[in-house]
Amino acid sequence: MPLLELHDVHIHYGGIEAVKGIDLSVEEGEIVTLIGGNGAGKTTTLKTISGVKRPTTGSIAFRDKRIDGRPAHEVAGLGIGHAPEGRRIFGRMSVRDNLAMGLYAASARGSRAEHRRTADEAYQRVFALFPILEERAEQKGGTLSGGQQQMLAIGRALMTRPDLLLLDEPSMGLAPMLVEKIFDVVKEINRQGTTILLIEQNAHMALNAATRGYVIESGSIVLEDSSRNLLGNDQVRKAYLGEE
Amino acid sequence: MPDDRIDLHQEGGNPDPPDPAAPAAPASGVAQKDTAQRTGPPSEPRARSSLRERFRLARSPVALIRDRFDGMAPVSRFGFLTAGVALAAVLPVLMPHITADPAYWTSVLTKVGIAALLALGLNVVVGFAGLLDLGYVAFFAVGAYTFAILSGASRYAIALTRSDPNAFKLLPTWHMYSWLFFFAALAVALVAGVILGAPTLRLRGDYLAIVTLGFGEIVRITADNLTSVTDGSQGIPQIPHPALTVGPVHYNFGLNDAAYYWLLLGVIVVWILLLRRINASRIGRAWAAIREDELAAASMGVPTIRIKLLAFAMGAAVASFAGVIYASEYAFIDPGTFQLFSSDFGSVIILAMVVLGGMGGIAGPILGAGLVIFLPERFRFLGDARFLIFGAVLVIVMVLRPQGILPSRRRAAELEGGVKDTSVFEAQQHGG
Ligand SMILES: Nc1ncnc2c1ncn2[C@@H]1O[C@H](COP(=O)(O)OP(=O)(O)OP(=O)(O)O)[C@@H](O)[C@H]1O
Ligand SMILES: [Mg+2]
Repeated sequence: MPLLELHDVHIHYGGIEAVKGIDLSVEEGEIVTLIGGNGAGKTTTLKTISGVKRPTTGSIAFRDKRIDGRPAHEVAGLGIGHAPEGRRIFGRMSVRDNLAMGLYAASARGSRAEHRRTADEAYQRVFALFPILEERAEQKGGTLSGGQQQMLAIGRALMTRPDLLLLDEPSMGLAPMLVEKIFDVVKEINRQGTTILLIEQNAHMALNAATRGYVIESGSIVLEDSSRNLLGNDQVRKAYLGEE
Repeated sequence: MPDDRIDLHQEGGNPDPPDPAAPAAPASGVAQKDTAQRTGPPSEPRARSSLRERFRLARSPVALIRDRFDGMAPVSRFGFLTAGVALAAVLPVLMPHITADPAYWTSVLTKVGIAALLALGLNVVVGFAGLLDLGYVAFFAVGAYTFAILSGASRYAIALTRSDPNAFKLLPTWHMYSWLFFFAALAVALVAGVILGAPTLRLRGDYLAIVTLGFGEIVRITADNLTSVTDGSQGIPQIPHPALTVGPVHYNFGLNDAAYYWLLLGVIVVWILLLRRINASRIGRAWAAIREDELAAASMGVPTIRIKLLAFAMGAAVASFAGVIYASEYAFIDPGTFQLFSSDFGSVIILAMVVLGGMGGIAGPILGAGLVIFLPERFRFLGDARFLIFGAVLVIVMVLRPQGILPSRRRAAELEGGVKDTSVFEAQQHGG
């Protein structure tokens, strides 16, 4: 059974249909990428999975349980972490407090000692992946550089100890060097056992990191294949890899 | 495994430690020269900016005291706070030595106490949760009216209005169980807070302001028109004063303003202790996150509606407590007491206390309440002109110190980013 499964999901903004009946599934342990151009409906899809937006029709199941229509905080509690488009870190809170917010869902259950232990583990994991965050722990989130903010956004999502991590264009606005490093971390997070659904315009990097990919155009999935096949696909090469 | 660690230190974005002064100072110098050239003679804008600068610098002593305070050992910090409460507690006793009219000023002091309790309650809604509530006085009214009705005072008032010859038999008195009505009023306000909050807290900030404004008016208009329960615009007199019986000792609060003041002080101290705890907990952090980015907070697992509702309910409960104390002290309430702009406790005036004193902290709203009640009393000899002057002072303070007189550190930092978009002055302060 897939970890996440979308079936015939339609999503509207007012009268406008942004996502027109997509099917998508993510197996446990995979990195799956959803690539597409501006306005294709990638962010909309991700927001709907994480409960920030409601689908009009269709079903979304996580571990075979319906989650469509459930509020975002419940979805977060079920084990879906979301590093949203544009990072949306808490700029006026310190880096440490930003990360602490990720503990919110977990801190409601379990004993105090238990909670302390899981919190320590979560911090250690994030700081091991992003040593710079530990160094800047007391700095205000808003004063971090763009790349550091992206790391904080991913780190904060990891603090919820998700089974599935949703990443919305983690490479946006970053220098090529840094993009590569971010993707290395994404792969490392996956190696540590977290399943990842990755949205990207940077199709080359995304397909190299992912096992499978979907191509979305104007709200519909037009292609679905293994990363290797997509990288070799003429259509993809023309539209997303900038080749003639 | 150290090999697995990916070193991201050397990324190109911002490898330097944060030091706003160094890079910003030369840039701001240029910017200032620029404005000077564009706006006319260079000396004039400079003089103006230096005046504003001085006001902004006035934060330094505040910050200094706060840093001192935060740096103290917990024991001495506790000592300081206890001394502050003790000083506040002996104020009524000292009154005869300070003023020629101690009875009058003690009643003003009690008014400050009610205002401070209201400001501390509204501060949870506006300052902590970031929800603009323009109808806060409604909960004050709900508390006062619930108590007036439960105590039997409204039944008596209605009988009087109807010229019932047996009305005197209904004259309400204080019973031991009247203390229960205190808490009953609190429960009613809590329910009212949830009923108002549950559907409206989904709304965006500016819509919420309008809805709460409407709610405040609805409560007042209901009190005005539901004559069979509230006696309408006639108001309710003869609300019983509290009394305490502990063993053989019997004490009636009666017309002794100092007694109400001490009761208020006790409630305020308990409330402050509670607030400090909550604000330092995960709930306090959740409020801060919601203020910044509600969607991001929800994605982190914060049940945003429930957390906002909690702030709303807490604020409502405190206001209703203040309402009960007010009703039992003055022994009379009418719908006019609970107007939006009523000069003492109107929604807008309570909001002014919070904003003037400084949102998000504890000292700020208390100071704001003190000033908003005290100053018009102190300058009563000016007649109605004092409100004009008061309004002008409010405007001036807000222009010069938009963060309020004693803002919480968190809030001050937020406003630094929001109200002033450049940090020209900041850079100069640090640099020079
Ligand atoms: N809040 C909104 N209200 C109305 N329309 C919206 C809203 N958000 C997105 N849309 C529309 O929905 C469509 C899909 O947008 P979406 O943000 O999902 O695109 P995307 O694939 O993430 O694009 P990008 O790569 O540029 O981020 C677009 O046509 C967009 O204009
Ligand atoms: Mg997008």
